[in-house]
Amino acid sequence: MIYDMEFETLPREALEAIQLRRLQATLDRVYATVPFYRNRFKEAGIMPGDIKSLKDLKLIPFTTKQDLRDNYPFGMFAVPMDNVVRIHASSGTTGQATVVGYTARDINTWAELMARALVAGGASRGDIIHNAYGYGLFTGGLGVHYGAEKLGASVIPVSGGNTKRQIVLMKDFKPTILTSTPSYALHLAEAAEEMGISFHDLNFKFGIFGAEPWSENMRLEIERKLHLTAVDIYGLSEVIGPGVSIECHEAKNGLHIFEDHFIPEIIDPATEEVLPYGQTGELVFTSITKEAFPVIRYRTRDVTSLHPEPCKCGRTMIRMKKVSGRTDDMLIIRGVNVFPSQIESVLMEINEIEPYYQLVLDREGNLDTLTVLVEVGERLFSDEVKRLQELERKIAKNIKEYLGVSADVKLVEPKAIARSEGKAVRVVDKRKI
Amino acid sequence: MKVEQISVFLENKAGRLAEVSSILAEAGVNIRALSLADTSDFGVLRLIVNDNKKAEESLKSHGFTVGKTDVVAVEVEDKPGGLHKILDLLYKKGINVEYMYAFVQPSGNNAVMIFRFDHLDEAVKILEENGVTVINGSKVYTL
Repeated sequence: MIYDMEFETLPREALEAIQLRRLQATLDRVYATVPFYRNRFKEAGIMPGDIKSLKDLKLIPFTTKQDLRDNYPFGMFAVPMDNVVRIHASSGTTGQATVVGYTARDINTWAELMARALVAGGASRGDIIHNAYGYGLFTGGLGVHYGAEKLGASVIPVSGGNTKRQIVLMKDFKPTILTSTPSYALHLAEAAEEMGISFHDLNFKFGIFGAEPWSENMRLEIERKLHLTAVDIYGLSEVIGPGVSIECHEAKNGLHIFEDHFIPEIIDPATEEVLPYGQTGELVFTSITKEAFPVIRYRTRDVTSLHPEPCKCGRTMIRMKKVSGRTDDMLIIRGVNVFPSQIESVLMEINEIEPYYQLVLDREGNLDTLTVLVEVGERLFSDEVKRLQELERKIAKNIKEYLGVSADVKLVEPKAIARSEGKAVRVVDKRKI
Repeated sequence: MKVEQISVFLENKAGRLAEVSSILAEAGVNIRALSLADTSDFGVLRLIVNDNKKAEESLKSHGFTVGKTDVVAVEVEDKPGGLHKILDLLYKKGINVEYMYAFVQPSGNNAVMIFRFDHLDEAVKILEENGVTVINGSKVYTL
């Protein structure tokens, strides 16, 4: 099922024509109304009128989280407060909170996109949606809520917390769709088990999980324990909130970005150059329909790649891979950008489970060296030495192939890698630079 | 006819073997036969013990990675050509020996060798058809 057949299946040329028109209008507006953007454009020596094609987007300077903080609270708003009907803010646990605003039209756009997302994730009008995303300044709860109402489904605004009561409601109201963070979904499963209630006896069909990174492994665990099909939803309040992109339940392979509202780019976070489709880098968004809080080339710091291949669900919107990490974690090894999460993917492919691993960087002479320590658990172990050696070689070969760096792979005993609060310490950088 | 062998992953560093032997001693497990294969980084210790369950549990509880493999204990005539006779038989039938090691105790007048084959069932069949004694597990653990 597709919620907005006209827009979600637009042919590429038609989509790009719409994108360009909307981009130009957005640039004109931010130049006229937001001093921050006007100054940035002037510093870079460009005018909105210089953007004649989508390719010209790369001429425009980036916007960062720091820029939003510097303009706290309302400095980035492009409309007078009279027209702002809603304010959300990020938690600010890693610094000052960032504040975003919405006009009535923005709220409607967001609801439309969330309705699209819910349908892509398996929901329809007749469903009962148990919405366990937090309601409040956080965009998760209200974002899903408005989308569910727009779709015409029945939404239970249960929000986060009070887990036991949630389980009782699940038993009594028989919701069919669960929306929450993936970690809360697993928490619900544990709580239900303690209460002697099995998800097999509940009515859930689909779960739409997001707001934090989660692995394929976690998907398998959630699907098994909660007895539903789990899809990934992506969004961030700076761009609009949840509903920026969503996996379709038909393919569960990459998240469709609603490109008629947001233009995605992937850049090399070090050189800031735009990367071609398929390459891994930092995700950058430009909003092209938002009124109160447009963002121009906003650097999300999320690491992913873009894939334009057609999808079996029929949507023509480009897909981004599941977010695999943050640019803050990026390492530069012999000039090559490496994200620990990429090594994790290589190990996952070989082993199908995430082993504990650690990257040790050192420098011999003037050359960086990368050693990958991998703990040998029961699944990797063999009584034959040659198989273990083959495994070391295979890991090294795949790392070289996928990442372009040579690595020395060493198998180590379980618990050999230092843990910090239960999590393995992923990177040890001994290089003195 | 199969014998269960346990194997342990060890990093190649001082004290690891002693750690294993101390854990097994504490658990009251008797080692019947063992072999160690190693590389510059790591080794694999293979053991035949009198109590697999106890050995496995005690090693795992100390954080070791433990594997279990079926191997075959074969009586080998304790005279020149005794081992060759068996290896020749298997070679001619295309059975590959992954590794082998000797058992401490004899079985009557014969020596005992532990074999890890690529095709275990086929190997046992060939040996028995040719009059070679394959010792069953319960007997091996208490030899």
